[in-house]
Amino acid sequence: MAVDFKDRESSLEAYRQLLLIRIFEETLEDLFGKGKIPGFVHTYIGQEAIAVGVCSNLRSDDYVTSTHRGHGHAIAKGIDLNGLMAEVFGKVTGICKGRGGSMHVADFSKGILGANGIVAAGTVIAAGAGLSIQSREQDQVVVCFFGDGGINKGTVHEAMNFCSVKRLPVVFVCENNQYAQFTSRKLTTSVSDLSKRGAAYGMSTASLDGNNVVEVAEVSKKAIDDARNGLGPTLVVADTYRFGGHYVGDPQAYRSEDEVSKSRTRDPLLLFEKHLESQGLVDRDQLELEKVAITELVDEAVSFAERSDYPEVHSATDYVFTDRIEGS
Amino acid sequence: MRSISFGQATVEATAAAMREDETVVVTGEDIGWGGNFGQFKGLLEEFGPKRVVDMPISEALILGSAVGAAVTGLRPVASLSFVEFTMGAMDEIINQAAKFRYMFGGQVSVPMVVRASDGVLRSSGAQHSESFEAFFSHMPGLKVVAPSNPADAKGLLRSAIDDDDPVIYLENKKITFRRGPVPEEDYRTALGEAAIAREGSDVSLITYSVMTQHALEAAQVLLEDHSIEAEVVDLRSLVPLDMESVLRSVAKTRRAVVCHEAWTFGGFGGEIASQINEHLFGELVAPVLRVGAQSAPIAFSPPLERALVPEASEVVQAVLRTLKP
Repeated sequence: MAVDFKDRESSLEAYRQLLLIRIFEETLEDLFGKGKIPGFVHTYIGQEAIAVGVCSNLRSDDYVTSTHRGHGHAIAKGIDLNGLMAEVFGKVTGICKGRGGSMHVADFSKGILGANGIVAAGTVIAAGAGLSIQSREQDQVVVCFFGDGGINKGTVHEAMNFCSVKRLPVVFVCENNQYAQFTSRKLTTSVSDLSKRGAAYGMSTASLDGNNVVEVAEVSKKAIDDARNGLGPTLVVADTYRFGGHYVGDPQAYRSEDEVSKSRTRDPLLLFEKHLESQGLVDRDQLELEKVAITELVDEAVSFAERSDYPEVHSATDYVFTDRIEGS
Repeated sequence: MRSISFGQATVEATAAAMREDETVVVTGEDIGWGGNFGQFKGLLEEFGPKRVVDMPISEALILGSAVGAAVTGLRPVASLSFVEFTMGAMDEIINQAAKFRYMFGGQVSVPMVVRASDGVLRSSGAQHSESFEAFFSHMPGLKVVAPSNPADAKGLLRSAIDDDDPVIYLENKKITFRRGPVPEEDYRTALGEAAIAREGSDVSLITYSVMTQHALEAAQVLLEDHSIEAEVVDLRSLVPLDMESVLRSVAKTRRAVVCHEAWTFGGFGGEIASQINEHLFGELVAPVLRVGAQSAPIAFSPPLERALVPEASEVVQAVLRTLKP
């Protein structure tokens, strides 16, 4: 599972994952601009190394909880790409049959317990999955992705305290992308070192460069191994930067273009490409070939979604209950 | 038949479910020592701390973790003591538990029960006296159960734990210590099946939870003092709702009074009254009336508390209005 960054094929697989998330979401931006996608879209662009690095240490039967910015987590945990794309289109072939959309993608068969439109809602759900693992005496792990915007929610406090008390196998990964929707973390959060929050609950903590996939994978591996081995939860703070706005189309009046362009010099994809080239693992031509292949994959997913039908309107109340209740 | 309390009856149902299915766990506030109303007494001793999990006073955690546990292989029964405390976990109930199955296209069910005590009891004050079934019934994806007696409390809780969807199980404080005949064997009472608690031909009293007891008292007064025969329909669960039984009763009596302890305004009684009107308008000989609490937070001072919340006498008055307009 864990990536061997000295191995060419293993490194390339991580690169493909990064590329897949990036190209998937750049494609969404384009489709959204053309009016082909209903609702709204929150992209993960700039933060891909966190999902890819962390999930490289997970088994298929491990769980993740995700956020409104959840495509990256879902892809890195193995969601079916066509089903994901069709869901964003609201089609019946979507992973949630068009009932969820971009903000509510999930694949329970892969342990993806759902992207969630409520900030930090996943923290207490992750605690419950952890309790379930402990009760069933399994060695699975839960990774709870949330953001620096979420870290001020009461659910984070409630979940971290309980997971620490019970030594539940939960790894909290705080993606510190600097913005809570449209507001800088600096204006809203009592500590600049977010890992201090974990210390308050008697949890292990780790801080890392969230744009460096190698570092993410290596540091999160310890937290995940600890959780699996009964050593309890860890708060991992991954510093990163949200390249896009809060949503696609956000005018971003709250930050300067200069700030964004500076951050783009630390693009996680570029950093990993440099790493691969400097280590002599992959040459530039190979990287370009990978881009072509991944673009084809995403184009096929778009084509699948466009070909698919919308759900039948008579099915609008299906799935409210497990057993059908007429009139409810 | 032996007589036990409502609270004891729920312990029997929970223990039976836990013996049958090892994925059933009980979580929440103050359960290890037996709960405020003895509704968890003995469970820790029999099933141990891995299945009877005392939790911090963290409402969002208690219900959020129940969602997480329910979608990963457990059947949690989560307790929040007083129903007002669910307000600290409304996101987990409304945005998570109720929506997971639908929002994720039927990939999962969320088999969890939320237990909470509601209703007025001896000046408990505005934050420990209220009834919120209207909120929960309004939200698609939740089932809502409100038993009126110990025998139903046992059978309905057993069915609620069996159910694959989230169930809000409301146990009224005034009747939680009340005793009644309860079969010793393990049994289930189906959700969505109202009971005719008393037969009558002149007026239908549609009710649930503690107000069923008050409606039965009212029916006795109506018979003795006014020669009026009232039928009492105990809904037992609000979702699913057994509207067929309600309509059958009202078609017979042609008069209906809907009674609950919760506020009348925006209350569940409005839904019942409206459905009766939609189906039986031409056959009614009097408007459908509602009996419920006046619109104020429930007061502390005993005379004010009593003034706000209906009991049998308010039901009697309403019935007389439908008969002598």
